[in-house]
Amino acid sequence: MAAEQTGQSGPGGPGGALRTAPAQGPRGEQSRIHNIGYRHYDGPRLGRAYARRSLFVQSLRGAYGLGRSARSKVLPMLLFGVMVLPAAIIVAVAVTTDMNKLPVDYRRYAIVLQAVIALFLASQAPQAVSLDLRFKTVPLYFSRPIEHRDYVGAKYAALASALFLLTALPVTVLYVGALLGKLDFADQTKGFLLGLVSVALLSLLFAGIGLVVSAATPRRGFGVAAVIALLTIPFGAVSTVQAIAHESGNADAVPWLGLFSPITLIDGLQSAFLGAPSAFPGAAEPSAAGGAVYLLVVLGVIAGCYGILVRRYRKAGL
Amino acid sequence: MILTESLSKRFPRVTALDRLSMEIGPGVTGLVGANGAGKSTLIKILLGLSPATEGRAAVLGLDVATEGGAIRERVGYMPEHDCLPPDVSATEFVVHMARMSGLPPAAARERTADTLRHVGLYEERYRPMGGYSTGMKQRVKLAQALVHDPELVFLDEPTNGLDPVGRDDMLGLIRRVHTDFGISVLVTSHLLGELERTCDHVVVIDGGALLRSSSTTDFTQTTTTLAVEVTDTDAHPDGTGALREALAARGITAETGDGLPGAGHVLLFTAEGEETYDLVRDLVTDLGLGLVRMEQRRHHIAEVFRAEGTAETAAPAAADAVRPGPGTGPKEVAGHGG
Repeated sequence: MAAEQTGQSGPGGPGGALRTAPAQGPRGEQSRIHNIGYRHYDGPRLGRAYARRSLFVQSLRGAYGLGRSARSKVLPMLLFGVMVLPAAIIVAVAVTTDMNKLPVDYRRYAIVLQAVIALFLASQAPQAVSLDLRFKTVPLYFSRPIEHRDYVGAKYAALASALFLLTALPVTVLYVGALLGKLDFADQTKGFLLGLVSVALLSLLFAGIGLVVSAATPRRGFGVAAVIALLTIPFGAVSTVQAIAHESGNADAVPWLGLFSPITLIDGLQSAFLGAPSAFPGAAEPSAAGGAVYLLVVLGVIAGCYGILVRRYRKAGL
Repeated sequence: MILTESLSKRFPRVTALDRLSMEIGPGVTGLVGANGAGKSTLIKILLGLSPATEGRAAVLGLDVATEGGAIRERVGYMPEHDCLPPDVSATEFVVHMARMSGLPPAAARERTADTLRHVGLYEERYRPMGGYSTGMKQRVKLAQALVHDPELVFLDEPTNGLDPVGRDDMLGLIRRVHTDFGISVLVTSHLLGELERTCDHVVVIDGGALLRSSSTTDFTQTTTTLAVEVTDTDAHPDGTGALREALAARGITAETGDGLPGAGHVLLFTAEGEETYDLVRDLVTDLGLGLVRMEQRRHHIAEVFRAEGTAETAAPAAADAVRPGPGTGPKEVAGHGG
């Protein structure tokens, strides 16, 4: 009797069954598991806001591979390292050589390292949404208290936060280094804060674009390729046309052309409003009116991405 | 539990639900209909995810149109299709889903361990789900629907893709969800036969309209059909035929169960009472045949519908007839012998 029960319920069962009869008794007594039956849950149910927050945390951790397989951690962590390392080197050099200003502006750092950000977005945006679509996990979310907006909001916020961490941390390293190097406090703090605003906008813009592209396809590979294409091809095209415009004497057109790729949008916006040096050919900066258009376009794209995502998931119900 | 009043759902091209009015009480209720009969649409509306074109519906006394969130907090849903990410373990996945239902982290973990154990997943719950068998995946899908201890679960085709043994396990598990866990169940299937042994009540819909709603005992208690299978011997190369003739001589007309698996080897006839069992035993002994099995076969719900001659039931009835396996409550009277 005892042996029979262990066989069903305890890991000691299979081993015990092979032993002689006297050995079975005590083993059986030790490893017997009592089925306590079904217990009802009468604890708190924390509702929509809690579920949304949980999804946000889970997605944010997921963007860095936390809570996922070891293999999933490699790329985001590597990119994170690549993003922070130059800042650390710059700071080390600046402090040891007693520079009176940092070699890279706070607002320029993310622009210079845009390829790293693009890779991070291309790898993590599909991870955030394509997998749920591909494995049809989405209906399980929507059969629970959370709604389409909650899902989209949590995913959007999570990816934007992941990008913000990626871009804000090196800027913070630069700032701490600048303070350690005893550079002018007020000057550096202003640059740092404006830099944070710049990367925050960049994070929102890029996360929106990445999610819209990724949510359009359940195939992760397509998502990765499409995000990279969307970030690099327009940038290449815009830079080329800007250079041509600059060389052919149409310098006025240069800032307007910047409206047509994500990274030049941020570039133009921050040179217009955040006092950043422009990276456009001839250091062309948008006029005040141009800057307003930049701001409208950036905010419009962010809002548009959110709207498209909500629409997309309204259809992707059960 | 569920109440609908002339509930309709029309899409531009099709009418998925057509003035459906019904009331479903506690217990296990089967929702039967052919593919495209409107089962999934009904579940979507009941979860408050898709507005009805007209009519109203309430789940647990909550209006689906206005209180969808409150309904979804107290209801579980197991979809028909695969919905499990392969690179995550069952434990991680179900914990996450528990939190999505609003359970605090500690409770989510505890309920996950409990629920996975109840559905029969043990050590394998720590492995990525990509390596699970279909039966194990179905169990995880059921677990995520039960993890927040709902009052009612919607199970959409839970036996899909399972082999006969897995199917029986799943049906037994569904039965336990009600008897042991006290959770009411609405389970859909396009197979009438498998619902009759699991459900207290069966609702049949076709073309989005209610065809019939009654308790399974109404369907199946009218008569007892006996199924008998015998061996052939040298004296009687066609043992089945010989027994059939012998029965006919005693005034019992036996059918060979056309259309069912094993047709030609099984005799079906109506049992009048205890004496019919004795008669079969005596006849088989006299003929010197081996009695392979003699079992009670309750009427399949399909046969009830077939008898009513409703044209619309033809599709589900046909689907049911193809399903292998004997009816419910097999009562093996004898093994090999005679």
